[in-house]
Amino acid sequence: MRKDFVAQVLIEMERDPSIVFLTGDLGFNALEKIQERFPDRFLNVGIAEQHMVGMASGLALEGKKVIAYSIASFATMRPYEQIRNDVCYQNLDVKIIGTGGGYNYPTHGVTHHTVEDVAIMNVLPHMKVLCPAYAWEAREATKAMLRHTGPVYMRLGKSPCVAYEKNRKFTFVLGKGFVVRKGSNIVLVSTGNVLDVALETAELIERKSGLSLCVLSMPSLKPFDEKLLLAHVRKAKGIFTIEEHSTTGGLGSICASVLIAHGIEGKKFHAFGFPPESFLKDVGDRDYLLRRIGLESNQLVRSIMRYL
Amino acid sequence: MTTKIERIGAKIRQLVVEMSERSHSGETGSSLSISDILAVLYFKTLRINPKKPDDPNRDRFVLSKGHGAAALYAALALRGFFPLKTLLGHRMNGGALHGHPSKGAVPGVEVSTGALGHGLSIGVGIAYALKGTKSKVYVLIGDGECNEGSIWEAALSAGALCLPNIVAVVDDNRFQGFGASRENNPFDMAKQWSSFGWGVLRVDGHDARALEKAFARAAKATKPFVIIAKTVSGKGVPAVEGTLGAHYYVPDEKAVKAMKRV
Repeated sequence: MRKDFVAQVLIEMERDPSIVFLTGDLGFNALEKIQERFPDRFLNVGIAEQHMVGMASGLALEGKKVIAYSIASFATMRPYEQIRNDVCYQNLDVKIIGTGGGYNYPTHGVTHHTVEDVAIMNVLPHMKVLCPAYAWEAREATKAMLRHTGPVYMRLGKSPCVAYEKNRKFTFVLGKGFVVRKGSNIVLVSTGNVLDVALETAELIERKSGLSLCVLSMPSLKPFDEKLLLAHVRKAKGIFTIEEHSTTGGLGSICASVLIAHGIEGKKFHAFGFPPESFLKDVGDRDYLLRRIGLESNQLVRSIMRYL
Repeated sequence: MTTKIERIGAKIRQLVVEMSERSHSGETGSSLSISDILAVLYFKTLRINPKKPDDPNRDRFVLSKGHGAAALYAALALRGFFPLKTLLGHRMNGGALHGHPSKGAVPGVEVSTGALGHGLSIGVGIAYALKGTKSKVYVLIGDGECNEGSIWEAALSAGALCLPNIVAVVDDNRFQGFGASRENNPFDMAKQWSSFGWGVLRVDGHDARALEKAFARAAKATKPFVIIAKTVSGKGVPAVEGTLGAHYYVPDEKAVKAMKRV
């Protein structure tokens, strides 16, 4: 996904000379092409995330469109006050890129796991929040992000994910979600690169129960495609959200509030994700960690069937 | 004989005391300590035009120590960016002016600040964007503010990038919110800045001529430059000058009258 991001950034930087790329010392074996092609518009500001976001704001005040890049946990939490006060308060054209969101730095440990980023970015005025699921979404999200003027946070996953084809006329627009799998009895709503888990889960449930399952991919969490969600849940008997993020403040919370606000009642609902009761200290790769919090297709099938 | 700049410094102090009395709010001492620095900047050093506050060729000023906002508003109003009567709305219900600078509230405020340790990084970003132009970036920070780690991230970055168009001014009034600044930073501030690659000059922050000269020298520097300005917290109010109490001092009507006599 990072490769797709970089490929699109190269296209956009070629097109728009106002784009400046800052990194907080991240990007070895990933950002070299940008550095080589645009040496005057690429800067490694060092391991100084607060300064990176402050500096990005200064550049944006002078009319630059600035990308500030680091690992998701460091890009969002260390400079949170700069993101709020310098970027959002002044509504500046700064794009915060958090790479390896969720459990994409699995064995690095809790400091590198990022399951709070969407929640804390979501509450900020002016901020848009993107969480693409796979290659095409990442490319298109990068393009949409850089053609938008104003603050955006984009979470990138590191692992390769499912590649659903661009079979219909998908156009990526901020605030738009996508139907990845058609169905009517149960709706699975997913964001980011657990989309493969959601699709596998849908397959298994459909095979097992004969119910028809709809899967929605929601790469844009703010603004959020309420219309798409509402259009698909009215007839469904169960709605389940799946995210590699805390169940507080992320996709699950967003969907729950949309459903309640629109009077959708009498449905089975559950938000699957990281339960924020304690830190996940288990050691293992991403699949292992996802299993520990129940984000594996067989586990999800069992849980969802219990709710039904 | 007092010069025009000295009179403006005194006028800023008078307006600050009036604003603080009107809104019954503190942080007066830290506005008073920067009064002469702002007088020199806004009436001598900065290349600005109140009629064209967004002129791309202007110099930029960032008040990183946002709690000195009252003095900044007074300086901007005196320089003609907006009418003096706007100051009546400082920290008042429905007024235009927060206790910390908010960009867009009035012309002339370049950057919204208030949380300490942000302005220098923003200044570095502006300076980096303005490389090769005639515009300079001036960032005023507090001595207490230098406790913030982000100040040193920014200082290191500007030093490493050898930015010649950024000038920091440290308002060395020797007090912070709850104590003497030296208790938290007992070390040689000039050495700290020079070790980060900055040119350093110490100056009396209430001596207009000395400040003017220091800014002229900073303008010629080929690397980032910091002016450590020794100032008096609560300057102009003898009852609190140079005390910890000056920081949160709320003047009464008597103090306002006394300022008018000066």
